[in-house]
Amino acid sequence: MAAITETQDMSTATTSRQMLLRMVSRVWAWLFLGMLVAVFSVSAPGFFTVRSFQNIGINASETLIVALGQTFVIIAGGIDLSVGFVMGLVSVVAAVVMRALNLAGYPQGLVLLVGVVAGLIIGFIPGLINGLLIARLKAPPFIATLGMLGIAKCFAFLLSGGQTVGRQPDIVRLLGNSYFIYVAPNEPVTFFNPPPGADLRSVLGVMTLPLLIMIITAIVSHFVLAHTRFGQHTYALGGSRDASLRAGIDVDLHTMKLYIVCALLASLGGLVWTMRFNSGSPIAGEALMLNSVAAVVIGGASLFGGEGKVMGTVVGAFIMAVLYTGLVMLNVPPFWQFGAVGVIIIMAVLVDQAQAGIARR
Amino acid sequence: MEPLLAVKDMVKRFGGLTAVNHVSMEVYPYEVVGLVGDNGAGKSTLIKMISGVYKPDGGQIFFQGREVHINSPMEAREMGIETIYQDLALAENLDVGSNIFLGREPTQPFMGGLVRVLDRRYMLAESLKVLERLDIRIPDLTKEIRNLSGGQRQAVAIARAIYWDAKLMIMDEPTAALGVAEQRKVLDLVRMLRDQGVPVIIISHNMQDVFAVADRIVIMRRGIKAGERMARDTTVDEVVSLMVGAETVETA
Repeated sequence: MAAITETQDMSTATTSRQMLLRMVSRVWAWLFLGMLVAVFSVSAPGFFTVRSFQNIGINASETLIVALGQTFVIIAGGIDLSVGFVMGLVSVVAAVVMRALNLAGYPQGLVLLVGVVAGLIIGFIPGLINGLLIARLKAPPFIATLGMLGIAKCFAFLLSGGQTVGRQPDIVRLLGNSYFIYVAPNEPVTFFNPPPGADLRSVLGVMTLPLLIMIITAIVSHFVLAHTRFGQHTYALGGSRDASLRAGIDVDLHTMKLYIVCALLASLGGLVWTMRFNSGSPIAGEALMLNSVAAVVIGGASLFGGEGKVMGTVVGAFIMAVLYTGLVMLNVPPFWQFGAVGVIIIMAVLVDQAQAGIARR
Repeated sequence: MEPLLAVKDMVKRFGGLTAVNHVSMEVYPYEVVGLVGDNGAGKSTLIKMISGVYKPDGGQIFFQGREVHINSPMEAREMGIETIYQDLALAENLDVGSNIFLGREPTQPFMGGLVRVLDRRYMLAESLKVLERLDIRIPDLTKEIRNLSGGQRQAVAIARAIYWDAKLMIMDEPTAALGVAEQRKVLDLVRMLRDQGVPVIIISHNMQDVFAVADRIVIMRRGIKAGERMARDTTVDEVVSLMVGAETVETA
């Protein structure tokens, strides 16, 4: 027994270094986000306001929704590069359908419903195909989803003719941009419309549909990952595919479900984009192929699989959104954001590598 | 006493090679059987037929007195034949309870039965119980497996099998990657399983281990059973010479 204690002490030494690294990896993104907020609050006038924080949230909405889908896939040890153009394809399909029905004079509610359903059905297909390729045909996720990226992009451009798809029913713009609550000085609080006669510049709108969808998606994703068997199996699959198989988990089916969930969240991102910008665009999610992965990795997930949390992805997405908004408010060319995000990704991956290196020893 | 497991005339061929050639063996309750042999002697192939990985080309398997046909590892497990390979099949990123319940997680209703959520408290409590039953001490059950020592991991794999009602345990080189003290602890665990009525087949290269823990030793060489000895009636030298074929083959 004495000898056992000795070996345990040795493993404790490695463990405490490992714990320290894990602590660092868990906390640094939060610290970094806090630091960004502090710096911009001091240097950019108007940054530290409810209005600007809400704008950051709204600007982050598609990124976060898509990145949440990516989180599931990456935790399970995969990756989905097609999300950006699945999002674009869905935004185009929904917009084309809604434009046609709107011009044909159908009621707006029906037009919206058909557009949303059409978008989700179209978005389901690439998820299903990705899942089949990866689970059944054992294609590497990187390659399978890279192929799907090209296919989704192709159809998105064909359907839209490479143009923005406009002429949407009014309901689309209203849902994407109206606030639920309006607060104005010396006026009673109003819902869905600003108080009549108030100076619009002094009115503060609170909560939009994209923001609400983003918050609900994040809460549901967290719940599923942390508290359900589906989430547990997702972590197990990323930790050890072999152990999952031998524990009787239907690994192929679970893998397919994950890519379908990811594609559906990308589709939701596309629908939100269409509502926000009152149009469809094949390039709506172009930046999200990398940004969704970046948000997940900055949030502490491991590209080796098995690690990652919804709160991490939330922080990752917000780091990018805060950087963007802050740089714009400082009149710095927002292109600096690309470089800054690049540096953060590399930092995140280095922490991940160091951790994995110690775990393997 | 009736054997828990009896295999008769087992044959497995891979192309022109006969990996297991008419091998018979029995496992009785309350015993540890050491299965030894050089690399390529056929011991792993024999075990994989019993655990449902390979389909035999000939022979019969009797388990609990009835002839059985085991078509997959899952079927073997459902019967109560549990095989622990060297990689242990644990998810290193999950904690002890999650691993013991992997694939069979208990849930409880949430939000009025709208959805079902993991019952982590039950998982933890049950894990604690089975570990106590096997006299395994792991200070913090909420730690991920990767933070445990090799012996503790082995213990978790064994505890999982026991929790799910293993009736026969097959262990492939259970001490191979462990330090001396942890080897001893794992061998203690093997003895405890035996004493609790779960017989163990232990595959090992390590003669010391086999003699420390096995009641009976089955020796294989080039696909045939080269001999069978009660551990107390034989010596390391005799077993090794049977393994390498230095002595005349004796049919048991």
